[in-house]
Order: sequence, then structure tokens, then C-alpha cells
Amino acid sequence: MSDVVEKTLTALPGLFESQTGAAKITNRLRQLIKSITELTSKHEEENLIKRELSAIKEQVSSPNTTMKQMREIMVRAMYCEMLGYDASFTYIHAIKLAQQGGVLEKRVGYLAVSLFLNEGHELLLLLVNTVLKDLQSTNLIEVCMALTVVAQVFPKDMIPAVLPLVEDKLSHPKEIIRRKAVLALYKFYLIAPNQVQHIHAKFCKALSDKDPGVMASSLHIYLQLIRESPDSYKDLTGSFVTILKQVLGGKLPVDFNYHSVPAPWLQIQLLRILSLLGKEDQSTSELMYEVLDESLRRAEMNHNITYAILYECVKAVYTIHPKAELLEKAARCIGNFVLSPKINLKYLGLKALTYVVQHDAKLALQHQMTIIECLDHSDFTIKRETLELLFRITNAQNVTVIVEKMLDFLCYVPIKTLTFAPDNSWFIQTMNDVFSIGGDLLQQDDPNNFLRLLAEGKPEEDDQLRLYAVESYLTVLKGHTSHLPQCFLQVMSWVLGEYAHLQESVDRREVIRLLTQLLDQRSVSSETRVWILSALTKIPEGQTDLILDLAESLSSSQDTVLRQQAQELRHLSQDSQLREWVLVENSCAVDSSLSFLDGFVSEALAAGAAPYKPPHQRQEELSLNLEPYSFSLPVSLSSCSITDRQSPTLLSVSSGLSGNSAELSTLILEGVKRVWGKDGYLPQKEATAPPVDEPSAAVQPASQQEAAERIEPRPEPSTQNQDKQQLASSLFVGLGVGSSVSLLGKSEAPPPRFRKKPRPHESSSSSGTSKRSSDSSSRSSRNTTDSFLYGSFPEEEPATSISTFDHTPKSTTANGLSQNKDTKEDRHANTSQILGGDMVIVRPSTIQDKHPPSVSSDLTALLPADLKDLPHSDVISLTSDPSLSLSSCRLFRDEALLLVIFISNCTETVIKDVAVQLTCEELKVCTGNVMDCLEARSTSVCHYALLMDDPHTNVSLTGTVSYQTQPGHTNTLPFSGTLSTADFIRPLVVTTEEYGKLWLSLSHDVKQNLKLLTDAGDPLRTTLNALKDALQLHVVDIIGSEGIVACRLLSGAPCLLHCRVNGAALAMWLRSPHPALPDFILYHCQRALAHH
Amino acid sequence: MIKFLLMVNKQGQTRLSRYYEQVELGKRASLEADVVRGCLARRKEECSFVEFKDYKLVYRQYAALFIVVGITENENELSIYELVHNFVEVLDKYFSRVIMFSLDKVHIILDEMILNGHIVETNKTRILAPLLALDKMAES
Repeated sequence: MSDVVEKTLTALPGLFESQTGAAKITNRLRQLIKSITELTSKHEEENLIKRELSAIKEQVSSPNTTMKQMREIMVRAMYCEMLGYDASFTYIHAIKLAQQGGVLEKRVGYLAVSLFLNEGHELLLLLVNTVLKDLQSTNLIEVCMALTVVAQVFPKDMIPAVLPLVEDKLSHPKEIIRRKAVLALYKFYLIAPNQVQHIHAKFCKALSDKDPGVMASSLHIYLQLIRESPDSYKDLTGSFVTILKQVLGGKLPVDFNYHSVPAPWLQIQLLRILSLLGKEDQSTSELMYEVLDESLRRAEMNHNITYAILYECVKAVYTIHPKAELLEKAARCIGNFVLSPKINLKYLGLKALTYVVQHDAKLALQHQMTIIECLDHSDFTIKRETLELLFRITNAQNVTVIVEKMLDFLCYVPIKTLTFAPDNSWFIQTMNDVFSIGGDLLQQDDPNNFLRLLAEGKPEEDDQLRLYAVESYLTVLKGHTSHLPQCFLQVMSWVLGEYAHLQESVDRREVIRLLTQLLDQRSVSSETRVWILSALTKIPEGQTDLILDLAESLSSSQDTVLRQQAQELRHLSQDSQLREWVLVENSCAVDSSLSFLDGFVSEALAAGAAPYKPPHQRQEELSLNLEPYSFSLPVSLSSCSITDRQSPTLLSVSSGLSGNSAELSTLILEGVKRVWGKDGYLPQKEATAPPVDEPSAAVQPASQQEAAERIEPRPEPSTQNQDKQQLASSLFVGLGVGSSVSLLGKSEAPPPRFRKKPRPHESSSSSGTSKRSSDSSSRSSRNTTDSFLYGSFPEEEPATSISTFDHTPKSTTANGLSQNKDTKEDRHANTSQILGGDMVIVRPSTIQDKHPPSVSSDLTALLPADLKDLPHSDVISLTSDPSLSLSSCRLFRDEALLLVIFISNCTETVIKDVAVQLTCEELKVCTGNVMDCLEARSTSVCHYALLMDDPHTNVSLTGTVSYQTQPGHTNTLPFSGTLSTADFIRPLVVTTEEYGKLWLSLSHDVKQNLKLLTDAGDPLRTTLNALKDALQLHVVDIIGSEGIVACRLLSGAPCLLHCRVNGAALAMWLRSPHPALPDFILYHCQRALAHH
Repeated sequence: MIKFLLMVNKQGQTRLSRYYEQVELGKRASLEADVVRGCLARRKEECSFVEFKDYKLVYRQYAALFIVVGITENENELSIYELVHNFVEVLDKYFSRVIMFSLDKVHIILDEMILNGHIVETNKTRILAPLLALDKMAES
């Protein structure tokens, strides 16, 4: 058979029907493949391959088999091995084929060797001579294939034999030979770096090779070298940059293009190298900014491969020393990825985001809605990658939501995240979920660490945690238990054994019954049974009958360990003295010096045993690694499990070490790095009492927790979307910086001013505020007499009161209105002096006529000087009788609504003992005032600071004035009035950035379309101004058709309004940490616009 | 880094397998079965990457044939996805007909492209050069 025919037959397998000898064998290959395709069962496959292998065996040992036939046989053997059947008897023939065959046979022989043999295989030694011969061959093809196989599998010890030859090839005229030589050297570097140390200069020559292929293959070496020590190769940065520039500039031959993109995989390789070089090195990074920028720019073509390059480029930009402009561009690129409808690109975008959030968490905020969508994506991979991303941005504030998401999705929770656990019950509950779902997939350490955490705490401190665990486990055990993983059962039985006695209300018989029940289950492993029995042993005596029953039933068990334990159990329950001796209550004193072994040791020494040497000393002497034994010594659990109140696992470790290692024997509890430690609780404790000017902590946990716990559905059409928004705000809370809601840009530092705002609820700072005011009010009532100004002008007098109330902190003024800040601050300082129920009597010298003073605006002139400049409402008449007339006016102070009541004496006589009582259920009102007397025709002014903690649409006030016109004759005059929430709304002055950040941290939102005032030129501006006038809102920014507005409830809960012109309507979206506030504000906005 | 490359048909039969990291012969079959199951379970609209044990799988379907590449986490999935296509384009350029009877030649082509789990050549002309030279020599 001629070569030609055979070549035709193999190359065009479909053609052949010939009956020649070689063809018969070739036919066998074809036949084999066909048969394999037609297989229907594994059994058939086995039979077929068995037959095939015996046929091959026969053929290879036949002396008549030619090399050409052998080549076909090798391919068939490859097939058999590929299907998982051992064809090792052909290995030697593969080597022979490489040795003796013609070029094609030789190539197949080498191929078979590289497929069949791994690096350590002894037969490879037989290949060395063949390789040496071929490397020196004049036939380039042979040199080529020898180099290929050297780069694939070559015995490490034989490298010196071929190294000079391979090195020679580096200067071979043919590019393919040089290229393969470089790759072979790379392989040598990987398996025996010492061997190639002297040829670093040659790598450098390869890098500057005129052939791009040779240069490209040298990059593998450089990537490796630079990964190992980036500092040694910084001087090459310029070269790599130049190469990348040339590639980008299309300087390579056109056949390096892939779909018109020049050498994409080469670009990726270069980008990886550059990112390693530029990492944490500003000057090196500066060299590459330009080319990275170009690379980002070039990748415009909409093809997968350009996105693959872009991804690498984005990673590089975020790895090297940052440059703002590039970061921005790279961030935009990520946007293109994650928003892409192509699912593969979306995936890569998420992966890129996962990478970059480690450098800049705020980028997650920009894509939060996409992330939320991906979290619910039907594609498992997308979901998984999203969780990976969330894992990277886990912090103390969003941990509950993120872990919940993770648990929903898969059974593995990176235990690390649990160090953020906010409270005991959540921790235990989550661990229950982790154990019951993840269970046996957990790492061995996880249950142990958990138990250690429970055991390590001080009794008083952590009893609560333990109690919670006991209660929770009893509940679990009362339910269906057969599906629970073994490790969870073990954890539960240990905890019940140790701590069930802490819970007074628990019936011990019940605990014993539940544990015994577990023993009866078939699914419970024998290891778990040991745990359960140990737990039963530890439960205090008194239930001897139950225990004896149990011991009796187990004494016939087939498991010797169980039998042994049952026996011990029986003894212990009968002999209380023994029990006390063995199970010492509350003590686990460990004899870390192992003195109890002294006798044993000295006996052993006397008998000729070698004295103990510490492990490091032994290591030096023997240079053998003895480590692994210490933990795997088989120790009879039964012998030690009841001697101590520790988990059996820990015990077996400690006793397994016996006298061998003094350090390790103290393993029990101390000195071990606490993986979970108390840290899990610390952040939470800090969060409850944050320093006043620390950012975020005070505001955010509350909103986040509310978000997690809140179930009540919102009566909004887009509930789903809203849910997502809400989820987003709970997931991305606490990411520190950044923002992104439509018109919001990135922000730099957190706004300290803003973070100081107290929460509407029980936060320490807000209670501080109210305390302060009530404080001052109590003082003021003590000092009322001082602050009454009889017949004098108020302007002259406040000095006394100021000195009395000098305690008001000035810092509160920082929350104030922005305009003419300075003057306001002064005013604040003044007004706060009289915050609370304080009275100032004014006797206007002008009003001297007989008529009662009319309700008119000139009454406001009577306001104390320090209140005059405050924005105020019109004066309205409250009530009047022949003697007195009452009017009121509302003054809008930042932290309170001041209700000013003007009490005018309409008579010509002095009215005495005027007392005003004001009550309001919904508001905090300061106590009433008493005046000794009100002179004829004079007007007294008293004002009340009203605080609104929870919004109400309208608030009604009632009050009475009692006075005496004649001694002993008291008149009372009732009055009433209403206030609206609008009176308590104050502008919230924030910048756009601050607004954006706050927006993300708020969870309660409401959306509604409002009327748009279209009568003027700019409808949005007009509408917002109308709202601003009616409601004292602060218009933060107006951009295009969107406007953002901020306000708050006095100095409490903020409410943010996002307004967008939507056709003829104004789409308003409100958010607040307070659940009801948006609704009230919306209501007032509607009213204001309707009345406009 | 690339850990392995598989060509499997829809029935789950392996047509070609190349491991760049040692995997015991006995374990390959079950690994391949798992890989195929993982890929077949995916719907068209889902992305071409699946997490699989310690690897990521990148797969691409050509008629009844799946090409699956197992890669490490730090590898760029999309570039591997396109590498598979490049590989197929090379095969397409060389073979005029079915490739399944020429296991050896497919391997030879693959060896030019991927070495020790690294992408070493993507230029189609250069990938095919050694094989074409072999063919030429075998002819003469």
C-alpha cells in the first residue's frame, strides 16, 4: 500500500471502501467510531471496547504490523483511553512509533505519548534519545515535533540533556522553530526554574524578535516572571507598551487578525502583563495610561472579542495606579457590558464589576438596579456571579439582606460574612439555616468554630446566646428531623448537652426524649450517635429510669463504641459519686503541662524510649514532614468523650496528641485565632451608640432593618419595581461613597453636616435633642419670673435670659437654612435661649385706646426681637372675651414650630394670674405659663415650641387661659386651633451629591403623578417654586426635565422628592426613612398645587 | 489557564478530550459526563459559562457538537469563547468533511493552539503550517 493511498484514506475518510490491507485496519478505526456512535448503553460500550482492546493487543504484538498500521492502532488506542479504558499496553508502542515511524507516524507517536503519559511516567525516559535525535534532525518538521513534545511532557531530570539543543534553536532562522523553542524553555522554567536561570538574556532576545509569533510566545514567560517578581521587570514596561501600541495600530501582518481585530489574544496577554507591572506603582502606571486609553477607545467594534479585550483593559485600569479620567472611561465600559442584552456580555460585566468594586465600592451603586435584576435572573451563572459581587460589598449594614439572598440561592454561605452578625437571634437563626441547608457541605471547621464561639463566651454575657440556641434547637428537634445533616445534629446535641440546664423551663425528660428519638433514626450516623450519647451523659442526673432504659437498649447494639458508651452511661447514672468526679460542673481545667503523664513518660524513658523533641527540632534532623499525623490519630472516642465537657471532636484532638506536643495540647480553647470571635457582635454594639459625628452608622442600619423586616405591601401599582428599589437600598447601604440616581453624579467625601441628623426614632442623638429642649423648658419654667418683663421693652432685657440658657449647643445651627447663614446662626443662638414655654410680655405704649386691640399684623411687631426675623404665618384670632383677646401666630424655626400666643388685656384694669394651658395629643408641648399680672391695655406674648416626631395630617390644639380680674374670681377662656404637617416641614439644604447618597439609603418610597403648573414659561420650575413657597422645601437642583427637592420634618426625618416632567403631569417620587412621611408630604404637595 | 478541552456530542459521547492538568483516567469519564450534563441543561438564552467544581466551563455548540473548555477563575471567559470559534474556523479550513475520523489531526491542530493550558497560537495560517507540511511530506 502506498503512502499516497493511505493519506487519501485518512484525510478523506468518507471515501473509502477499498479492501486493501492497510485499509482494513483503517477501516477498523472507522468501524470503531461508528460502533461507538451507535452505542446505547454503558454495558455495550464496555463490551465493545474490551473487544477492541484485545484486537489491538493482538495487532501490536504481531511482527507483521507496519508502522503505518501502527499509527491507526494508536488512534484507536487513543479512543479507548478517551472513553476511560486502560490501554497502557500500547504506551511502549507509542514510544516506538515516535522512534521508528516516518514523519506522520512519528507525529502520531509523539501525540500518543503526550496523551498517554504524564510527566512522571518512567517510560518517558525511553523517549529522551528519540527527542535528542529529532532535535538534531535536518528535517524541520521533526525538529518541530520534538520541540512540541518537549514542551508538553518531558522528564524533569533529563532537561540538562536537551537544554543546549533547545537554546540553540532560539537563533534558528525559522520562526516556528524559534517560537517552539521559547515555549519549551517556558515549560522548563515552570517545572525546573533553576535550570533556565542563566538564559534570561535569551528570553529578552525573544521578546525583541522580529517575528511577532516568537515575541508573543515569550510573553508567557514574562507574564510568569513578572507575576513572581514585578519589580525586576519594570524596565521592560516601555517595550510592552510599544508592542501593544503597534498591535493596536495594525502593524502586525493581517493573518494575525481575528475577525478584523488585530491579535486579540496577544492584546489580552499584554494587558495582563501591564496591569501586573503598574500595580501600586505610579511612575510605571504613568507610562501606560496613554496606551490603555487607546485600547479602550479602539474597542468600538461590536464583536465578542473586542469585549474580551475591553474586559481585560478595564481590569488593568483598575489594577494599576488610578487615573481619574481612565477610571471614568472604564466605568462607562462596564456600563456597556452590564446593560448589554447579550447575556455573555452581561456576565462579563458582572465579573468586571465584581473585580472593580474591590477597589471602588461605589461603582456597584451605579448599576444597582441591574444587579438587583441579575439577582433574580433565571440563569444560574448570572445569579451566582451577582452573589459573588454582593459578597464583595458586604458590610455591617447590608449583611442581613445579603446573607438572606445567599441562603435563598445556595447552601453555602461564606462564613466570613457572619462576623457582621447584628444580633444573637439572627445569628443563631442564620446558622440554623446554614447548617440545615448547607450541612455536610460545610467545611469541617465551621461547626467547630460555631461551637467554640458558643463555648468561649463568658457565662453571663453569652448565656443569652446559648439560651437562644437551646430554645431554637428544641424547636428544630420537635419537628421533622430525618432530613437534617449530620453535622447539624451533632451541633444540636452538643449544645443541648452543655446548655440545656440553663433553660429553667425546659423539662429535662423532654430533652432526653428528643435526643433518644434521634438515636432511633436510621439516617443518623454512628458518629452522630456518639455525639448524642455524650450529650445525654452530660444532662444532669435525676432521670435515671430513662437513661437506664436507653443504656439497656443500646447494650445489644452492634456498634462497639455505642455499646461502650451505653455501658458508661449506665455506670454513671447509677453511681453519682463517680459522676461528680468525672463530670465536674463548670470546669474544664486542662492540665496543659500533661503532668499526669509524668509517670508514664519516666517509665518509657527508663525502658529506653527516646526523649521527646519538639517538632521543629525533629524536622531539622530528619527533614521529613511529620505534621499530618498529629490530627488523624485514631482515638477511641468512648474513652475520652465523657471525661470532659467538651465536644468529642475537640477532645479527640487533645488526647490524640498526648505527650507529643506541649504547644498543641493546649489546643482546647485559648490561643486559637478566633475566626468568628466576638467581632460578630462588636460592630453592632458600636452601631447602637455611634459617635455623633461619625458618618452613616446612625441613619442607615435603621432604614436597612426596616427594609428587611417590613412586610406591609404598598398600595402602588409597580410593587415589584418598588420591591427592587427597596432591596437595592438595603443591599447598597453603607457603601460609603458614591451615588447614582439619574441626575446624580459621583461624589467625593461624605457630607459630615448631613450625617449628623438624628433619626426620627429612638436614636441617641435625636433623644438628645428633645431632651435638650425639655431641659431648657424646665429651666425656663423655673426662671419664669426672671424672664417676665414688666413694662419694659423686650429689646433691653433678653440679656438676663441669655445668661440663664447659655447651655444650648451652637452646633445645632449647622442644620439650619443655608441663606445668609451667619445672621441665622446668630438668631439661632438667641432664639434657642427661650426655646420652650417662655413668655415675654410686651406693653405697647402705642396702644392706649379703649378698644380691644384688633387682630392685625402689627401684633407681630410685638414679637421679641430674636423671633422677629423668623418666617411666620399671619396672625389669627383664637378667641376673645370681654377681658382678654387671644391671637396666635406660627413661627417656623428649624427645630420646632413656635406657636406664639398674644394675650391682650382689653380692659383698663390689671388682670392677674394669667395662666395659659396648651395641650395637644400628637405633639410635644411644653408646659403652660403663669403670669402674675397683665397690665391694662397691654399685650403679653407667650410662645410654645412644638415638636412633631411622627407626622400627622392635621393636629388640633386645645388650650385654656385662666385669669383673675378680681382676686378670688377665676375666669377661664378656652381656645382651640389646628396645625398641619406643612407647618413642621423645613427645607433640607443638601448638595446634589449628598442628596444622591441619601436617596440610596432611604427605603420608604411613594410615587405619584401630580398636577404640573403650566401657566408660566418653565412648568417644572414654576411648579417646584410653588411647592417651595407653600411647603418650605429646598429645591436642590433642576436638570432638564428633572428636579430634586429635599425637606425634612423639623430637624428629624428627611424626605427627598424626585420630580420629573412626564407629559402634562409631574411624576413625583418621594423617599424617606420614615414610613409615613412621604404620604403626608405628597398630600400637602397635592393641596398646594390644587390651591395654586 | 485552560484545564481541559472537550468535544462531546449531544448524546454525551466524548469525541475528543485534552487535559492540560493531570486527571486520572478513571475519573475522566465521570467528569466528562458531569460537564456534558451541566452544559446540556442550559437553555439557549442562558450565558455560555457555567461554574463547575473549581472550574468555569465555557461551552459553544456547533450543530450536535459541543466544545467545552474548562478554565480557571482568573481566565477571561469571553476570550476563550472566541478561541473555541477560532479553533472551529481552523478545523473548517483544514477539513472538508467530517472531522470525527481524524482524531489525531484534530489533536495536532489543537496542540499548535494550546500548550500546557496557554493559548500559544491563534494565527490560522501558522496553526495549520506544521500539519500541512506533514501532509506534504507524507505524500511525497
